[in-house]
Amino acid sequence: MKRELTARPAGRRALWAPAARLVGRRLLAAVPVLAVVTFGVFAVAAASPFDPVQQYAGSAGLNASQETLDQLRRNLGVDGPFPERWWHWVTHALSGDLGDSTALRQPVSQVIGERLGWSVLLCAAGFLFAIAAGTALGVAAARRRGGMLDRAVTSVSYTLEAAPPFWLGLLAIWLFAIQLDVLPAGGLTDTGSDAVTAGAVLRHLPLPALVLGVSQVPWFLLYVRQGVADALDEDAVRGARARGLSERTVLLGHALRSGLLPVLTLVGSRVPELITGALLVETVFSWPGIASATVEAATSTDFPLLAALTALATVAVLAGNLLADLLYGLADPRVALEEM
Amino acid sequence: MTARTVRTVTATATALAALTGAAACSAPGGDGDGDGGTDSVTIGVAQEPETLSPLLGYGREGNSKIFDGLLRHDADMNLKPALATKLPEISDDGKTYTYTLRKGVNFSDGGPFSAQDVVFTYRTILDKKTNNPYKDDFAAVESVRAESPSKVVFKLKYPYAAFAERTIQPIASKAIAGTASNNDINNGSYNTEPVGTGPYTLSKWRKGEKLSFKANPHYWGGKPTVKKFTVAVIQDDDVRATRLKSGDLDAAILPPNLAEPYGNDGGKRVIEARTADYRAVSLPSGNPVTGDRAIRRALDAAVDRKAMVKGILGGAGRPAYGPLATDHAYFAKGTERSRDLAAAKKILDKAGWKPGDDGIRVKDGRRAAFKLWYFSGDKLRKDHALAYASDAKKAGIDIKVQAGSREVIQPRLKHDPMLLGNGFPPDPDFDMYPALHSSQIGSGWNNMAFYDDKTVDKALDEGRQSRDEKVRHRAYDTVQRELAKNPPYTFLTTIDHVYVVSDKWKDLTTQTEPHDHGIGAGPWWNVQDWQPKK
Repeated sequence: MKRELTARPAGRRALWAPAARLVGRRLLAAVPVLAVVTFGVFAVAAASPFDPVQQYAGSAGLNASQETLDQLRRNLGVDGPFPERWWHWVTHALSGDLGDSTALRQPVSQVIGERLGWSVLLCAAGFLFAIAAGTALGVAAARRRGGMLDRAVTSVSYTLEAAPPFWLGLLAIWLFAIQLDVLPAGGLTDTGSDAVTAGAVLRHLPLPALVLGVSQVPWFLLYVRQGVADALDEDAVRGARARGLSERTVLLGHALRSGLLPVLTLVGSRVPELITGALLVETVFSWPGIASATVEAATSTDFPLLAALTALATVAVLAGNLLADLLYGLADPRVALEEM
Repeated sequence: MTARTVRTVTATATALAALTGAAACSAPGGDGDGDGGTDSVTIGVAQEPETLSPLLGYGREGNSKIFDGLLRHDADMNLKPALATKLPEISDDGKTYTYTLRKGVNFSDGGPFSAQDVVFTYRTILDKKTNNPYKDDFAAVESVRAESPSKVVFKLKYPYAAFAERTIQPIASKAIAGTASNNDINNGSYNTEPVGTGPYTLSKWRKGEKLSFKANPHYWGGKPTVKKFTVAVIQDDDVRATRLKSGDLDAAILPPNLAEPYGNDGGKRVIEARTADYRAVSLPSGNPVTGDRAIRRALDAAVDRKAMVKGILGGAGRPAYGPLATDHAYFAKGTERSRDLAAAKKILDKAGWKPGDDGIRVKDGRRAAFKLWYFSGDKLRKDHALAYASDAKKAGIDIKVQAGSREVIQPRLKHDPMLLGNGFPPDPDFDMYPALHSSQIGSGWNNMAFYDDKTVDKALDEGRQSRDEKVRHRAYDTVQRELAKNPPYTFLTTIDHVYVVSDKWKDLTTQTEPHDHGIGAGPWWNVQDWQPKK
C-alpha cells in the first residue's frame, strides 16, 4: 500500500514529461503546417474567379460607375502578387494584427472574438452528445450482435452518415419546433429578447447541438460497436466471464475499456468533419457563430478573414489530433508518447 | 491509469473546452422584455446588412431606423422634411441647394446635431479613401459646406433636378464617427455601434442571428409606441416561414408561394408591396443579332409578360414595358404592349430573317441565335430567362440560357445579353440615366445594352436638368416611346415583394420599394408609427 502511494507520483512524472515533450514537438511542427496552409489559402483565393471588388460592393457594385469600382480596387489593396500579400499578412499576424475583414467591415480579431465562443459551445455540446450517445448505443449493439437493437441502430447509422446536416436541421425544426412545439426553432436567445441568460441559451442550444451531434453519432457508434464486439471475443473477456464476473463488469470494465481505444483516434479525426457540419447547422439555426463569417469570407475572397479562419481551423484539427494522441498514451501503457 | 482516470481526463478536457468557449462569449447587456405584446415587433429578413454605418451605404434607401436624413419619403413617396425644417431652397440655375436644419435635435448619445454632422457625412462619403460603393449617388455634388450651425449649402457640378431625392441619406454623428480614436471609417466601430438621431437605437447586433433595436425615448419626432424592434436574420426561405408559423416572428418577407397559405389565416395577413423592381433582358448593340432593330422589336412583341407574372411570380407582379413601373408617376401611358406573335413574325419576315431548316431564322447566313446570361443561384432570373427563351423560340429566335458569376458575365456584356434586375423608384433619372445614356456605356454594369441614341440622350439630359414638371414629363415620355420603337432591353416584369404580418397593428402601409432593399423596406418601413389595433 505504502509503496503504491509513493510510486504513483513518480509514475505520473514519468508520464507528464513525455506528454509535455509531445506537445512541444507538435507545437514546433504546427508552425510549418500553418505557414503552408495559409500560403495555400492565399494561392487558392488568388486563383479563384471571384473578384473581391465586386464581392465587396455587393448589389451596389451593379450600379456603381467604373471610376468608383477602380477606386475601390485601389483602396482594398487587392492587387499585387499573392505571395507578397501572404507575407504581409504573416508578418502583421505575428505582431498581433490580423488585419481588417473587407466583407464585414470590421477588424478580423473582432469578428472572431464575437463569434468563436458560440461556435465552440455548439461544437463541444454536439461532440459530447455524439461521443456519449455513440458509446452507449455502440456498447448496447455490440452486446447482442445481430439482435434487433443492433440491426436497427446500425442501419440508422448508415442512413445518418449519408444524410446532410442541413436536411437533418430542417427535419428537427419541423419536428421539435412546429409539431411538438417544445424547443425554439433558432437563434441564441428568444428572438424578442436580447439578454443572454443561461436559461435561454440552454433552451436554444439543444436543437442545433442535437442535429450536429446526431450527424456525428454514427461514426462513434460503429467504431465502438466494432471495438467492443472484437473485445468480447478476446481471451481476456472470455477469462473474465469464466471467472464468473458479472456481465456488467465484463462489458464495461473489460470489453469497453479495450474497445474504446480506436474511438480516441476517432476523436481527433472527426474534428474537421465537425467544423464542416457546424457551418451548415449554424446557418440553418441562425446560430451567431463563426459559420456565416466563414461562408462570407470565402465567397468574397476576404483574404485577411479567410486566412485567419483557416489558420484557426487548422489549429483545431491539430489540437484534436494531439488530444487524441495524448489520451491514447494515457489509456494504453503500451503506447509510447515519445514515438508519436 | 485506470479506465476511470481516462474518463475523468476526457471529461475534464471537454468540460474545459466548453468552459473556455462559454467564457469567451461576453454576456452582453440588454433589456429582457418579454415578447408577444404589441409593443415589440420581431421580423424575419433574408439578408443581413454588411454595415450599419451610413458613411458606407447603410440606409441610403431610407427608413434606417437608427438615423434620419435631411429629408424622408412618406407612404406615397413624397419628399418630406426630416432633419431639415422644410424642403430645400434651390437656386434658379438648379445648382445650389440650401437646407435649413431642425434645431434642438440630439444624437442618441446626447450630443447635439448640427450642420457640421451633415457636412461630415457627405464629405466622408465623397472622400476617395472611403469604401462606399454607393458614392455615385452623390456624383453631382461639387461641394458641401455649413453656412451656419443650422444651414447647409450643396453646390452641384450641373443642374440636377433629382438631387433632393438623394438627401434622404442618413446623417452620421461627427463627434462619434469622426474622432481621432475612431477614424477608421471603413472598418471602425461605427459600422457595428452606430449612433444616430433616429427613432430607434441599436441595442445589440449579434451577427448572423439578429439585430435588436429599442425605441429612442428622446426622439425628436415623438417616442415610438413599438418599444422594441428585432430583425432576425434567416437566410433560408423555408426556415423563415417555419419560424413565422411557430410564432417566433411577427412578420417576415416570403416568396409568394410560401406566403399564400397565410391568405386565409385569421391571425396573419399578407401584404404585397408595389415596387420599382424590374426584370429585363439587355440586348447589346455590339451583337449583330441583338443589335438588329427587327430582332429587338420581334422579341418585344413575342414575349408573354402576363404569363410570366402568373407562372413565375404567382400573380405577385405586373408586366413591365420600360424601366418605369406602370404605376409610376412618369410612366408614359400608351406604351403598354400586349403579346403579338404574328406581328413578331411579320417584323422578322419583313427584315429578311427567314426561317431555316430547323425553324430558327437566318439572315445573310447568320442565325438568329444568342446566349442569355443570368447570375447563378438566382432562381427568379433563371425562370424569367427560360420563359423568355421559350417565347423567343416560337418566333424563330434561338436563345441559349446560361448561368454565370459576375466575374464570368461582366467581360461578355458587350456581346451577350443578360437577365438583369434593377429599379430605384424616387426619380425616373435614377433608373433611366445609368441604363440608357450613351455616356454610361462600359462604366461598370451601367448601360449594358451599349445603347447610343441621340434623341434619348438629349431627353435624359433635359429630364435631369429641368425642374419644370411639364418639361420632365415630356422628356421621359420621349425616352419611353423611343424605347418602344427600338428596345435596347426587353422589359419583362415588375415584381411585388410579399410580406406576412401578424394582424395586431392597424393601418399598415408599404412604400414603393426599390430592387435593392434592406431592412428599411416592407410594412415595417415606418414601425415607429405603428399603433396596436384596439
